[in-house]
Parts: sequence; structure tokens; C-alpha cells
Amino acid sequence: MSTHSAKITTPKLIVRDLNFHYGTERALKDVNLTIQEKMVTAFIGPSGCGKSTLLRTFNRMYELYPNQKATGEVLLDGENILDKKQDLNMLRAKVGMVFQKPTPFPMSIYDNIAFGVKLYERLSRYDMDERVEWALSKAALWTEAKDKLKKNGTSLSGGQQQRLCIARAIAVKPQVLLLDEPTSALDPISTAHIEKLINELKTDFTIVIVTHNMQQAARVSDFTAYMYLGNLIEFGDTSSIFTNPKHKETEDYITGRFG
Amino acid sequence: MLTLYARRRLINALSLGISILAMLFGLFWLGWILWTLLANGLQGLNLNLFTQMTPPPGGEGGLLNAIAGSLMMTFIATLIGTPIGILAGTYLAEFGQRGWLAPATRFINDVLLSAPSIVIGLFVYEIYVIKIGHFSGWAGAFALSIIVIPVVIRTTENMLRLVPNTLREAAAALGTPQWKIINFVTLRAARAGILTGLLLAVARISGETAPLLFTSLNNQFWNSDLNQPMANLPVVIFQFAMSPYADWQSLAWAGALLITASVLTLNILARVLFRQTAPSH
Repeated sequence: MSTHSAKITTPKLIVRDLNFHYGTERALKDVNLTIQEKMVTAFIGPSGCGKSTLLRTFNRMYELYPNQKATGEVLLDGENILDKKQDLNMLRAKVGMVFQKPTPFPMSIYDNIAFGVKLYERLSRYDMDERVEWALSKAALWTEAKDKLKKNGTSLSGGQQQRLCIARAIAVKPQVLLLDEPTSALDPISTAHIEKLINELKTDFTIVIVTHNMQQAARVSDFTAYMYLGNLIEFGDTSSIFTNPKHKETEDYITGRFG
Repeated sequence: MLTLYARRRLINALSLGISILAMLFGLFWLGWILWTLLANGLQGLNLNLFTQMTPPPGGEGGLLNAIAGSLMMTFIATLIGTPIGILAGTYLAEFGQRGWLAPATRFINDVLLSAPSIVIGLFVYEIYVIKIGHFSGWAGAFALSIIVIPVVIRTTENMLRLVPNTLREAAAALGTPQWKIINFVTLRAARAGILTGLLLAVARISGETAPLLFTSLNNQFWNSDLNQPMANLPVVIFQFAMSPYADWQSLAWAGALLITASVLTLNILARVLFRQTAPSH
């Protein structure tokens, strides 16, 4: 938790009247919130509350599946990304994502990082080497991986694989980084690694993290949103949410009386 | 009165016993077949088999023309069937979520997969052999490729479906266009399985007799012209085994042993390959 009173913030993502449907089931109900640039925003709430769904509208990941639909507005730097005219791949190049389970591609560690970079940039071999090193260093994996860049990404441990995925996501230099329960499959040591990483990454990126772990939200985030049954119940800076929640539901959830 | 626990143990022991018996029953016949094959085939196995042509009754000879014909037709059939099968399987797995085309294709493919191979032979006979007026190696290869296609489609689709969706999402999350996701991520993740399916398809067609009877038929002499009737192991075995001549019968046994051994090798290879590269996903 950091101090908030003197924080200067710029909105990066503005969500307006967002509704989401899985077929006929309404999973998000008129959600409104603002995500500040170069801050960490955490979404918490019990399973099925819609926090991952909300996260997945920010890069329109739901488009991979038929029958999933979002209505309303999500403004990224003022531009509505839900607009039909929005180029999906360009959007995703700007809004990166890391998933709950590590998802290394079936290729070498080096190629795992280079893969995304090559989609949007033509780099010389030297520049690419540099970029790979930069990304791996940022993700605190360089020292462990530098001698086995040619090895398959799947040969790493779970925690390392997850850091590889973070490196892969930041290598394309996105503006926003979405983390969908990034540590729920990891042991405490790897988790600590990644939390430390999140703290360092926010100097460059706007980070949105979904987590089941309230202590984690308290540790890493500047802002916290509490969701329940598709509604955004409370949103504010993390210290107020955790020390002085305005809603009874939020208090019940964070004190563990519910959920 | 038995206690509940003792009853459960008894039932467990019983079903285990029945299962083992069933397995032994199946293995017994398989073992017998292999034993007969070895006993009869080994004596015919010699160098002549690989250097001489199929003989007239009573003559000296081998199976060279049949082996070469089988290899050529199998190779061409695989060459035709693989790209079609992999592309169609990829369509079904990666694009076939919406619309009617994919379910329809899947259904027809299942029908084709279980179609008796003699029907396929007759089909090619009807549309190709009759038109050009004679049996030919091409016709044989086409017939075999029609058997390869549904097998490869099915395994490609199944193997791609085993690739977790999270991997597709991860690739899409980088802004990867779909064709690149498929080419560089999902197909690559599934490649061991697809290759296994391909080997099994090759194993399957290398023993097929019925589709060749109506298409490539047979040829007693050396022939590398695919426009002419072409010798092949299954048909030679069929013909020689039915004959009254002892030397022909002995060649048929040797040929059968040869096919069985190569099919077995392909199967083992497929398993080894699949085990080596698959488990990470």
C-alpha cells in the first residue's frame, strides 16, 4: 500500500455503463470505473463476480468465443475500444495480458519473447537480442534463463514459466498490462517474485490485476475494485477500501465474513 | 452376511479377474496369428525376396516389384492425403465453431472413416479406371489416399482440440493474427500427435487389399510407370495365398510377415514419438 493523498493521476481506461452477456446471462451490470495510468488497480470479489470478465473486455479477449457480447464503452486514452472499427490485433498489442496458468508457447525461451515482438517490429538480430534480454531482465528471469535461451519454454519451472509469460507480454511494450490471477497457480516464493515485479513494472505500465488473494491486492495495488454478482460494489484507493470500506458487503468480504 | 467392505473387495477381485481373462482371450488370438506368421513366413524370408520379381508358378523369385509398388503407392497416397487431411482437420478444430459446414464435414468424415475399403476401391474403379480403360498405379494411390484423408482429418482435429484454449488466448493476447496462432502455436503444440496420426494412417493403408484389387491390380514384372498396373504386397499375398502352388504360398507368407513387421514398426515409432514430445501439454 502506498500513500495516496498526493498522488497525481491521469485516467488511462474509462469504463462507462459496461454490460456483458454470456449468451443470455448478464455477467456485468452497468459497470463504471476509471483506471489510472501507471498505477496498479486490483479487482477483487468472490468467484463468478465478473472480475475476470471485466478484465477480458479490456483486450476484447471474449471475441474468441461466439455468444459473448459486451455493450457500453471502454475508453483507452479516450478511444472506445469496443467500437466495431477497433482493430483487434492492434488493441491487443497495446493491452497485454498474462493468464492464471503459465502458457509458454511450444518454442524456445528466446522465441517465446521474440514471437510477439516480430509481429509489430522489424528488428535487427542485435536489437532483438537486446529486447529479449531487456524483457527477461524486467521480468526478473534473465539470470536464470540467459544460459538456456535455446531451450524449450516448457522446460522452466511453473514460477519461471509465469515470469516468461510476463516477459513475453512486456516485450511488445504494451501500455496496459492485464494480469488474470497471475499467481494463483504458484508457490509463495514465486508469488513474492511476481508481486515485487508488479511493483517495479508500474513505473512503465498501467497494470490491472484480478486476484482472489486479498492480501495480495492490499500489497500490490493502488486502487481496488470490489465486485459482486456482476456489480461493481465499491471502488477507491486501496487503503480506504481495506481500512475504511463504505459498503457493508465490501467490509464483510475483506474481513473474511463472506466469500 | 458379508460386510460391505468385503463385498466390495470381492466384486473388485471378480471384475479384475474377468477383465484379465478378456485381455488374455484377445491376446491369445493375436499371439497365435503372430506365431503362425513367424513360423510360416520366416522360412521364405531371404535375400531373393528383395532382389527378384514375382515368379510364375514353379519358378524362382521374390517380391521386389510388389514391395516397390507398395512403397510407391503408399508414398503418393500419403503425399496426397496429408495436406488435405491436415488442412481440413485444422479447419474443423480452429474455425469450425460456428455455422453448419463444420458439423456436416465432421459427419461425412466419420462416415468415410468407417466406409468399407472395398467401396472406395469400387469408387475409384468407377470414376477413374473405367475412364482410362486400364488398371494403374495412380488409381491405386488415389484409392489409398481416400483412406488416408479421413484418418488424418480426425487425428489432426482431435490433437488440435487437446491444445488448451489458454494457449490460443495467450497468443491472441499479443495481437497475433489467427493464421499465425494456428501455424506457429497450436499446430506446433499438436505436431507430435498429428505426426503419430499420420504414421498410423500409413500403417493402415500399407495393409489394404480391397481398394487395390480394383485399381492397381497386379503386375508380374518390374514396373515403375504409375500409368500401368502395379504390383503391391497385399494383392500379391491375396493371389499367391489362394493359389495351389507351394512356392507361391511360401512367398505369400513371407510378404505377410513383411507387411506385419513394417506396420508394427510404424506403430511402435508412432508411440515412441508421441511419448517423447507430447506430455508437456
